[in-house]
Amino acid sequence: MNPADIKRWIAAAEAAFTSAKDLDELKIARLAHLGDKAEISLASRALGSLPAEEKASAGKIIGEGKAAITDALQRATAKLEADRDAKVLLEEVVDITLPVGRAHRGGLHPISIIKNEISDFFIEQGYSVEEGPELESGWLNFDALNIPADHPARTMQDTFFIEPVESGLVLRTQTSPVQIRSMLEHQPPIYMICPGRTFRADELDATHSPVFHQVEGLVVDKGITMAHLKGTLDNFAQAMFGSDVTTRLRPSFFPFTEPSAEVDIFFNGRWIEWGGCGMVNPKVLATCGIDTEVYSGFAFGMGLERTLMVRHNVTDMHDIVEGDLRFTRQFGVGL
Amino acid sequence: MRAPLSWIREFVEIPKNISVNQIAEGLIRVGFEVEEIIESGAGLTGPLKFAKVLSIEEITEFKKPIRYVGLDCGEKEVRYVICGATNFVVGDLVVAALPGAVLPGDFKIAARETYGKTSNGMICSSRELGLGEDHSGIMVFGEGDVAVGSDAIVGLEINDTIFDISVNPDRGYALSIRGVAREVAGSLGLNFIDPVDALRNIEFESTGTGVSAKIDDPSTASVFYLRTLSNFDPTARTPMWMRQRIEKMGMRSISLVVDVTNYVMLELGQPLHAFDKSKISAGLTIKRAGKAQPFTTLDGQVRQLDPDDLMVCDDKIPLALAGTMGGQSSEISETTTEIALEAVRFDPVCIARNSRRHKLSSEASRRLERSVDPSLAEFASARFVQLLTTHSSAKHVATVVVGKPRYAPLIDLDPGFIPKILGLEISAKEIARVLRIIGCDVDEKTFVVDPPSWRLDLLTPTDLAEEVARMIGYDKIPSILPPRPNHASLTSTQKRRRAISAMLAARGLAEVQTFPFTNQETIDQMGFVGERAATYRIANPMSDEVPLMRVHLVPGLIEVAARNISRGAKDFAIFEMGAIFRSAQKLVPAISPVIGSRPDAKTISAIYASVPPQAFHVAGLLVGKSEEENWQGKSRAYNWQDAIAYAQDILRLCNLEWSIKRSDFAPWHPGRCAELIVDGKAVAHAGEIHPRIIAKYGLPERSVAFAVGLSALPDSEIVRPTRVGTMPAAVQDVALIVDAKVSSREVEEALRKGAGDLLESITLFDRYDKIGDGKISLAFTLTFRAADRTLTGAEVTAMRESAVATAVKATGAILRTN
Repeated sequence: MNPADIKRWIAAAEAAFTSAKDLDELKIARLAHLGDKAEISLASRALGSLPAEEKASAGKIIGEGKAAITDALQRATAKLEADRDAKVLLEEVVDITLPVGRAHRGGLHPISIIKNEISDFFIEQGYSVEEGPELESGWLNFDALNIPADHPARTMQDTFFIEPVESGLVLRTQTSPVQIRSMLEHQPPIYMICPGRTFRADELDATHSPVFHQVEGLVVDKGITMAHLKGTLDNFAQAMFGSDVTTRLRPSFFPFTEPSAEVDIFFNGRWIEWGGCGMVNPKVLATCGIDTEVYSGFAFGMGLERTLMVRHNVTDMHDIVEGDLRFTRQFGVGL
Repeated sequence: MRAPLSWIREFVEIPKNISVNQIAEGLIRVGFEVEEIIESGAGLTGPLKFAKVLSIEEITEFKKPIRYVGLDCGEKEVRYVICGATNFVVGDLVVAALPGAVLPGDFKIAARETYGKTSNGMICSSRELGLGEDHSGIMVFGEGDVAVGSDAIVGLEINDTIFDISVNPDRGYALSIRGVAREVAGSLGLNFIDPVDALRNIEFESTGTGVSAKIDDPSTASVFYLRTLSNFDPTARTPMWMRQRIEKMGMRSISLVVDVTNYVMLELGQPLHAFDKSKISAGLTIKRAGKAQPFTTLDGQVRQLDPDDLMVCDDKIPLALAGTMGGQSSEISETTTEIALEAVRFDPVCIARNSRRHKLSSEASRRLERSVDPSLAEFASARFVQLLTTHSSAKHVATVVVGKPRYAPLIDLDPGFIPKILGLEISAKEIARVLRIIGCDVDEKTFVVDPPSWRLDLLTPTDLAEEVARMIGYDKIPSILPPRPNHASLTSTQKRRRAISAMLAARGLAEVQTFPFTNQETIDQMGFVGERAATYRIANPMSDEVPLMRVHLVPGLIEVAARNISRGAKDFAIFEMGAIFRSAQKLVPAISPVIGSRPDAKTISAIYASVPPQAFHVAGLLVGKSEEENWQGKSRAYNWQDAIAYAQDILRLCNLEWSIKRSDFAPWHPGRCAELIVDGKAVAHAGEIHPRIIAKYGLPERSVAFAVGLSALPDSEIVRPTRVGTMPAAVQDVALIVDAKVSSREVEEALRKGAGDLLESITLFDRYDKIGDGKISLAFTLTFRAADRTLTGAEVTAMRESAVATAVKATGAILRTN
């Protein structure tokens, strides 16, 4: 076996493969250089007739030659296939700008979005998210919050009463009864919020709705001060309105807090009333059986509709309550 | 509450360099929201003169009355002007704007030709001068009220700043100029002159016997001053300055006696009531009405008294609805010469009830129900006598006093308590100083605090803490985050709700929130009956159209869908989550334990039990096409399968297993409603909405809905997964012919049962209903797998045959062979 022949065959095969213009030409070249009648194949078949002492070395040379030719074929095949694909796939071009995706657009109601956002914010601070019934006991909605039957504060809120009125049941006018439920059910430390639906006998107009939402916050622990209330509100306001928002507390009156305050935010160049807050009135704590010598607390409450309207510049309450899909879908799921 | 700066200045020395805005900020800082700052006289320039009407020529050829009026404006010549008002006569004094004057709203006055005459100016109403809303006629004054030809801008004290502030219900004392002025002084660190100081030692000579006074029940009123005056000349007129102030406060000038009562109320905060003494039979008694009876109040309304109404009565009849409104029978009139002036410290609750029962909120009741300084009955009535006797011929006859003021108790204050609540370092000395600003007496040795007479709201150390914070400024309190608990998370129920909402939103449903109100017609229309139709009625509903609480979510969704359709939407899906209010439980009378200490456990659980359960549901409504139609092609309509699939997906999301059966259940189509059952409880329904409802609300035909009672769902069990098998699966198909009445679920269950434990899954891959003869074909793929070996052909065949045999036996199926 002459190694020079093998080298020549390899060179010839490589030349033939690389000069093939397409896969059909390559197939012909393959048959010529690797097919049954190719010289290397003939040489391989002739191995059997060689004397035993030559067989091993000749076999090795032929095997290596075959491998080299096969390798060259693979390279050429890969190249020509890539060329073919490029050409064919280019012809398969489509207009990918066509409108696709036919599923209806769903989404969460913006009040749910803001409720989730507030819940997540406070959960991260270690608060639980509490709930209570919308049809509520008058004692929990008023009396326990230090709003006696004839207190002017009770007429401040036009309440929906359930028949028979002797039942004292009301549609809760605030989420504050959930404070009472929390304190009756758990001993401090209490760190909770309650986002929920509330009711006042207001006419529906651009800024009021008889059915609306509040988020209530309550903290009762040892050594809680008004400074903690302020810190919490600052933090909350920044989470809701951005880090450059500033807050202001103004003295106010709520029967269930003392001292009481309104919290304003300075947003988009003006002061906007955001909600009410204060230190939990010791009378309220005592009504829930909490030792006022040991514990103190703060509470706050904001309107979710108001928060939404201020933050997103929603100018008419009707959009929030009517359920028009064109409004709701703009919010997606709020991410 | 309005407060003119000119009046405030009477009691506070405000340096010139303090601006109006600084005063407003000062009020806001101490808790008085300034709703509006009215610059009275802004945009008004003269000449504005007081003028006397000399002649009136009625011009009648126009549609409305027109007068050509000759005026003496203190000029040489008579000035003639055209005027459309008719509320004046020759001899009256009026306000005339002369050419060159500019009225608010950039209304320039010039001589002009009108109604065929030359009008050389204008006679002004109070609204035209920006002084109020009264446009019923021009401003009219009597001889002697004002000087003809003098500058009316000065005379009417027009240039003023009026603060319109809101007063919280615990601060009744600030419904007076005295109260507001004290707050301004306290907030800005200025000197306050208490107008009451000048009244403390005033004595009036008694010249006769006064009307007697009596308080029937001391719990209704603590102190009653009744001052009798005589010799009043009813033609006496209210001095200009007093009238001007009353009008700036938004009230109307009526007559001297009434004006003085109002003026003193505005100045000091104590409502007064003047009776025509000649109409009183014997003395006055404060007592309950005792029986239902008609009573005519000053406003001319006949009111039916409640036996519990607190009244001021003579020995025959009620004369006034106490603290709320006087009665017509004893009203001050043009002939009144003797006056009985009542000043009472009424119990706030009694007045609040009077006012609420008669839906009558007056200037007096607003103050009295918020507590009035008990010392004021004496001082305000003295101020009345002082003013009336100064400005008229009236003489004091006698003063009768019954009862005595009841003041708030002393407060033991631990000065260390205040920094503990406020989170602000503050010395005992500073606390004492600040409490004195608001009128408290403070003994700095014992720290016993005596709140001022007008602050009946100050009862506890916490109340004092607010006062200290208010006067120091809430802005001085630092901002610190409280210590945090280590961990919190949503409850599993809350997580479930969120996951369901997120799934529905991601699958193309838009969430809506509807008002949870309904009416009987809707309940009937939906076909709800029995327990599902029973609900609670609102005593004072938002509208008579929706007096009931909702019993289901689907009606609200239908209403929203109809609204969207009316606005052009066609194909969409919506959902709502929320409570429904079926009245499963009979309501019990309110349980109202006293507050201040924890009620006993039994009472608390009774209160909890008095609140009926309110189930939490999620429901969806799918309307029109299930996908948008576009160039990609047509789309199929939503159908009953979609609704059932959503309901099932919700249960699947909660990791629950359920069984399913057909149900005749409102508001669904009786033949096309699925009931999903978990732990033996029907928890969800889904399918086509009843065609009757679809027609009624104009929804697209075959709209579908689902509803899942989330509060009825059990918690999901912890997942214990089976090991995933790696041996090859064997797949077998079987087709069975069954009666069309047989549900696919029954066939599937039978196959499953017969196939044995090695059945991994079963899928209905074909359903053919064109066989006829009331038969259908159901074709299933059965997948078998063993955990430990490759199944042999014989094993698989045996299992399939067993499955088929079971199905044949249970459902009458026939194996389809072709």
